[in-house]
Amino acid sequence: MQIRASADRWLPKLVLSPTLAASLVFVYGFILITVALSFTESRLLPNWEWAGLERYADLFDNERFWTSAKNLAIFGGLFIGISLIVGLLLAILLDQKIRGEGFLRAIYLYPMALSFIVTGTAWKWLLNPGLGLERIVQQLGWTSFSFDWLVNPDRAIYTVVIAGVWQSAGFAMALFLAGLRGVDSEIIKAAQVDGASALTIYRRIIIPTLRPVFFSVTLILAHIAIKSFDLVMALTGGGPGTASDVPAIFMYQFSFSRGQLGVGAASAVMMLMTIIAVMVPLMYAEARSGQGSR
Amino acid sequence: MNKRIIVAAVASALMAGASVAADVEVLHWWTSGGEAKSVAELKKMLEAKGHKWKDFAVAGGGGDAAMTALKARVVSGNPPTAAQIKGPSIQEWAREGSLGDISDSAREWDKLLPKVVADAMKYKGKYVAAPVNVHRVNWLWINQDALNKAGGKAPANYDEFFALADKFKAQGLVAIAHGGQPWQDATVFESVVLGVGGAKFYNDALVKLDPKAIDSPTMLKSFDTLAKIKTYIDKDAAGRDWNLATAMVMNGKGGMQFMGDWAKGEFTAANKVAGKDYACVAAPGTANAYTFNIDSFAMFNVKAVDAKKGQLDLATAIMSPEFQEVFNLNKGSIPVRPGVNKAKFDTCATKSMADFDSTAKSGGLEPSFAHGMAVPSATQGAIVDVIAKFMNSNMSSKDAVAALLKASKTK
Repeated sequence: MQIRASADRWLPKLVLSPTLAASLVFVYGFILITVALSFTESRLLPNWEWAGLERYADLFDNERFWTSAKNLAIFGGLFIGISLIVGLLLAILLDQKIRGEGFLRAIYLYPMALSFIVTGTAWKWLLNPGLGLERIVQQLGWTSFSFDWLVNPDRAIYTVVIAGVWQSAGFAMALFLAGLRGVDSEIIKAAQVDGASALTIYRRIIIPTLRPVFFSVTLILAHIAIKSFDLVMALTGGGPGTASDVPAIFMYQFSFSRGQLGVGAASAVMMLMTIIAVMVPLMYAEARSGQGSR
Repeated sequence: MNKRIIVAAVASALMAGASVAADVEVLHWWTSGGEAKSVAELKKMLEAKGHKWKDFAVAGGGGDAAMTALKARVVSGNPPTAAQIKGPSIQEWAREGSLGDISDSAREWDKLLPKVVADAMKYKGKYVAAPVNVHRVNWLWINQDALNKAGGKAPANYDEFFALADKFKAQGLVAIAHGGQPWQDATVFESVVLGVGGAKFYNDALVKLDPKAIDSPTMLKSFDTLAKIKTYIDKDAAGRDWNLATAMVMNGKGGMQFMGDWAKGEFTAANKVAGKDYACVAAPGTANAYTFNIDSFAMFNVKAVDAKKGQLDLATAIMSPEFQEVFNLNKGSIPVRPGVNKAKFDTCATKSMADFDSTAKSGGLEPSFAHGMAVPSATQGAIVDVIAKFMNSNMSSKDAVAALLKASKTK
């Protein structure tokens, strides 16, 4: 009896400790190393000579970094926003007790099973003016049709949004659908008895109760957006030129192909800061509202 | 008792480790057909000398993946015998103190190699790398049929070039086949600067990064020429791979392409013949100049005596006429040294060899900027960003020169 009680105490700790140690070293340890590197003279290889904020000065003086930061803002904002809206709409429509729901749900969720590389490559062909959509519509007879966003430096980043939403909206839908199923039907019936319209029920009752789902979806999509690398690489390669560059590509190129490890580390730290800046208020707000309702 | 067995096991493992270190381990990213065949040749030559070849091939990313692997190995204190590194990167690695002296194999090399090439292989006067081949970058590839229809004369300067491009356009072709990737933009840019300004200007502006040369009317004119070239490129070019652009020239969809002589590999693989199906000429205005892109193996510090022996034998084998012949026939490039049997090389390659020799004497032999031979990777990257931006926006030539000046100061 006593043995069991003490086992209850130490067994969970023992089982968790390797994971804890691994993440301390390989996640937090490496974050610390990266931060440290961003303050050094590192070029090709790590070099621990102190450089103060010079690497950050280099970084902020680099026009390409600002292009990539702006692209991240455009991509992140639209990607998260549209995925949320489309995901919610699909979930609400699927929740109308329609026939073949399982089948449709699978179709919408399927893109999630693909890797971003596949998504990027497929959309690259679809959106290429000489191969895909533009050519097909023109062959169908609408000869003045033009859709050259992929090769247009001012529009290329929006093609990344299109492909990203296509891939992730189904995932948002699945989470929302689960949330919708969890809404207490008694409340809805009560509202119906009170004479509320369907729109009002969704607006005033259902969507507010989905709050935690909004939180989870945003949290997951936000980090996908900030670290997005493979999708952009496959779809536009950061091009035309550097028009659709994002911080992850910037970081990779400066650290590994240009021998500017210090600047690369500085940009990685900026990415971390962005994630913290987005996540911390979100988590804080969520934690507070959670306490309030209790 | 048990402990003793463990100690013995560890010791034997360590000894096995020591004998593994004596193998010749070579990091490279030559994994595609012709290239892999070339590497196999090197392996055969070393095994004939009694060494054990340990292949360390890391494919992908144009060598980025390999460089990442290499850094990990060097930082952990276990470098390979040699690694495929070229241009100023050799100096960067040497400055980190990672490269070893191979002078014992290189006694004759000063006589065999042009001075610009030899200097690139040395650090503080000692050879630390062995050159494998020479690619010429300033080529223009033209579809022979289209050229014949347009009068049959290859353009010698940019006026003739644009006249020809207009004729190609009239024939319904994409006059200039190009792939809109930053390195390809830089390849065109480099040939244009060389053609507009000449070898001396090229050297001042893109090798020495002299601010006076960069902020000059000649550079402005180079950008103007590049802007005009842009108007002959189809809009689908964005992101196109270079070999697809070469295929356009091959299939008669495109008129001509600026590209290094690796493009010849594509023509050869499709059974096209130089002079009949396609023409290889120097890019406009660069007949007396030669931008080279030389692959080389940098030799790392190895301590064990037999490992050092293997390394020196590797260096000797790389520079031997037999290896240079076989390797370059497979790769589409030309040998870096004289005294190689030329019989099996095609017309483009023999022309390249003749020009390599003559420009080495006349001073027109210049390191390729776009292919990492001229300036450190950080500076190169910053300049390539400017060129890519110019090619993909309506940036004016004047702004481009100003941006170039700023980028050239990147360290």
